Amino acid sequence: MRTLKFLLQKEFRQIFRDPSILRLIFIMPVIQLIMLPFAADYEIKNIKLVVIDHDHSSYSRSLVTKITSSGYFILTDYTGSFNQAFEKIEQDKADLILEIPASFEKDLVKESESKIFMAVNAINGVKAGLGSSYLRSIIQEYNKEVRTEWIQFPRFNPETNIEVVYSNWFNSSMNYKVFMVPGILVLLLTMVGANLTAINIVKEKEIGTIEQINVTPVRKFHFILGKLIPFWVLGLLIFSIGLGIARLFYGIIPAGNILTIYLFAAVYLFAVLGLGLLISTYADNQQQAMLISFFLMMIFILLGGLYTSIDSMPGWAQAITKANPVSYFIEVIRMVVLKGSSLADIKYQLLTILGFAIVLNGWAVVNYHKRS
Amino acid sequence: MNEKVIIVENLTKKFGDFTAVDHISFDVHKGEIFGFLGANGAGKTTAMRMLSGLSLPTSGHARVAGFDVYKENEKIKQNIGYMSQKFSLYEDLTVKENIRFYAGIYGMSNRFIREKTNEVLEKLHLAAEGDKLVKSLPLGWKQKLAFSVAIFHEPQIVFLDEPTGGVDPVTRREFWQMIYEAAESGITVFVTTHYMDEAEYCNRVSIMVDGRIDAMDTPQLLKKTYDAVSMDEVFLKLARKATRAAD
Repeated sequence: MRTLKFLLQKEFRQIFRDPSILRLIFIMPVIQLIMLPFAADYEIKNIKLVVIDHDHSSYSRSLVTKITSSGYFILTDYTGSFNQAFEKIEQDKADLILEIPASFEKDLVKESESKIFMAVNAINGVKAGLGSSYLRSIIQEYNKEVRTEWIQFPRFNPETNIEVVYSNWFNSSMNYKVFMVPGILVLLLTMVGANLTAINIVKEKEIGTIEQINVTPVRKFHFILGKLIPFWVLGLLIFSIGLGIARLFYGIIPAGNILTIYLFAAVYLFAVLGLGLLISTYADNQQQAMLISFFLMMIFILLGGLYTSIDSMPGWAQAITKANPVSYFIEVIRMVVLKGSSLADIKYQLLTILGFAIVLNGWAVVNYHKRS
Repeated sequence: MNEKVIIVENLTKKFGDFTAVDHISFDVHKGEIFGFLGANGAGKTTAMRMLSGLSLPTSGHARVAGFDVYKENEKIKQNIGYMSQKFSLYEDLTVKENIRFYAGIYGMSNRFIREKTNEVLEKLHLAAEGDKLVKSLPLGWKQKLAFSVAIFHEPQIVFLDEPTGGVDPVTRREFWQMIYEAAESGITVFVTTHYMDEAEYCNRVSIMVDGRIDAMDTPQLLKKTYDAVSMDEVFLKLARKATRAAD
C-alpha cells in the first residue's frame, strides 16, 4: 500500500505539472460539448432547389411560395429549361429540381389531376432522402388545400383518410441535442481515458523511466494501479464537467438518478483505461499508440450508435457493436438521462461493461512484462 | 573481499538466431569495482540486463546477491541499484521528489528518506537545488544525481551502464570519486564504460568481444599479458578481432 501511495503521488504531481494535460482536461470537453452538438445536426436545412416552371400560373406560383416559405429550401434558380436546371445539379449548385408542367393549372382545374416531376441529386443520400420527403409532404399539403378549395362539400369523402396523431415520448420536442450531448460526452470520456493512459505509459517507455521502475521491486499490479487510479479520477472529473455543461448550456437534467450514471461511468472508465493500458503494452512509441487508438476510436464512434441507430445496421455490424464498449454507455446514458431508467434497467449493460473492464485489464496485466 | 556477490556460469542470451551473450562465466566479489568493457554491440548491456532481472537468460546459471536470476529476480531487485544508459530520473519532478519517489518504492522509511536526502544533497552540493525540476540541471549533475538515487537504498550491488557518457572530464573524475566512496562503503560496483582511463580505475576488468568474455583480470595484469602500455592498447588488440558489426 505504501508503494502505491508513492506511485500515486508521483503521477498526480506529473499530471498537474503538465500544462497540456490540464488544457486537455478542461478545454476539450468545453469545446466538444458546446460546439459539436450545434454542428452535428440531424435536421436537413438549406436544401438548394431549382424550380422549372413551364406553367407560370397562379397555382404554380403559390406552390413555389409555399415550398420556399417552409424554411427548408433555398430557391437557387427559377428557370424554364430542364437542361439549365440540370446544369445546376452538375455544378453542385442544386440538390433538387422540381418541374411543373405547362398544363399544371389547367389540368388541376379541369381534370382535378396534375403531375409534377422531382429530380434529386442523390450524392448525399441523407440530404436527398430527407429533402425529397420534405418536398413531398409540402406538395401533399398543398394538394389538400387545393382540394378543400375545389371539391365542395362532398357528402362523403371519396378517399379514406387516416390521420396520424403524434406523441413524442421521453424527448417531447424531438430536440436532437438532448440526444446528442450525452452521446458526445461518452465519446469524450472514451477518447480521453484510452489515449491519456496509453500515451502516458508509452512515454515512460520512450524516455526509459519504465525500465528504471522495472528494476525496482515494485509489483506490476501496483504499478498498473498507480497508473489507472489517477486517470480514473481525471476521467470522472471530465465527466462531471461535461454533465455541468449539458445542464448549463442545454438544460439537460438527467431524468434518472445521477448516481446510476456515475456508477456506470466509474465502471466504464476502468474498461476504457484498461484498453489504454493494453494499447500501451503493444505500442513501443507514442505514434504507434496514437495510431492504434485512433483506429479503434473510429470504429467505436461509427459503430457506437451515436450518429446512426444500431438497430438499422446490418447483422454483422450489429454483432460488432456488441464488442464495442462505447455502444453500451451511449445506450445507458440515453436511457438514464432521457427516460429515467433505473439501475435495474441497465444491469445487463453494467455487467457487460464490468466484463470488459476485467478482460481488458487482465489482458493488459498479463501482457505487461517487467522482464523481457 | 572474498565473498562472491555475483556468480555467473555459462550465461547465454539468444534473440532468435542471434546470440547476444555467449556462455559467459565470471565472479564478482563484495566491494569490488568490476569493469565490464566491450565494443558497441558486444553484449554488455544484455548481460547486465540479465543480471539485474530485466531480461530472462536463455541458458546458463547466475546468482546475484545470493538469489537465482531465473526464480528470484524480484528478490534480486531489492538488493541492487541500476543506472541505465538512458537518463532515467523524471525530468518533470524536482530533485527531492525524484529521490523520495525512488526511495519510497524501495520501501525506505520516511525518516530514513528525509535524513539521507539532506545528506546526499549536501554531498552533491545540490542543497540549494533540491526543489528545482531535474530538467533544469546540467547533464553532469543529473548523472551524479542518478547515481546517488541508484544507491540511495544502500543496495549490495550497483549496476552502472555507461554512466559517464557525454560527461565532461572534471565531472567524470568526480563521478569516479563517488564510485570509490560507494565501493568503500561495501557496495559492489559493476560498471560498463567506453573510457579506457576509467578502466584503469577498476579493481578488475573483463573485456567482451562478440558476446564472449575474451579477457578478465586486473588492469595491471591485462597490460602485462597483452604487452601493452595502456588499457586502450589492450582493448584495441582484443576488439579488433570482433567480427560482429557495431550497432
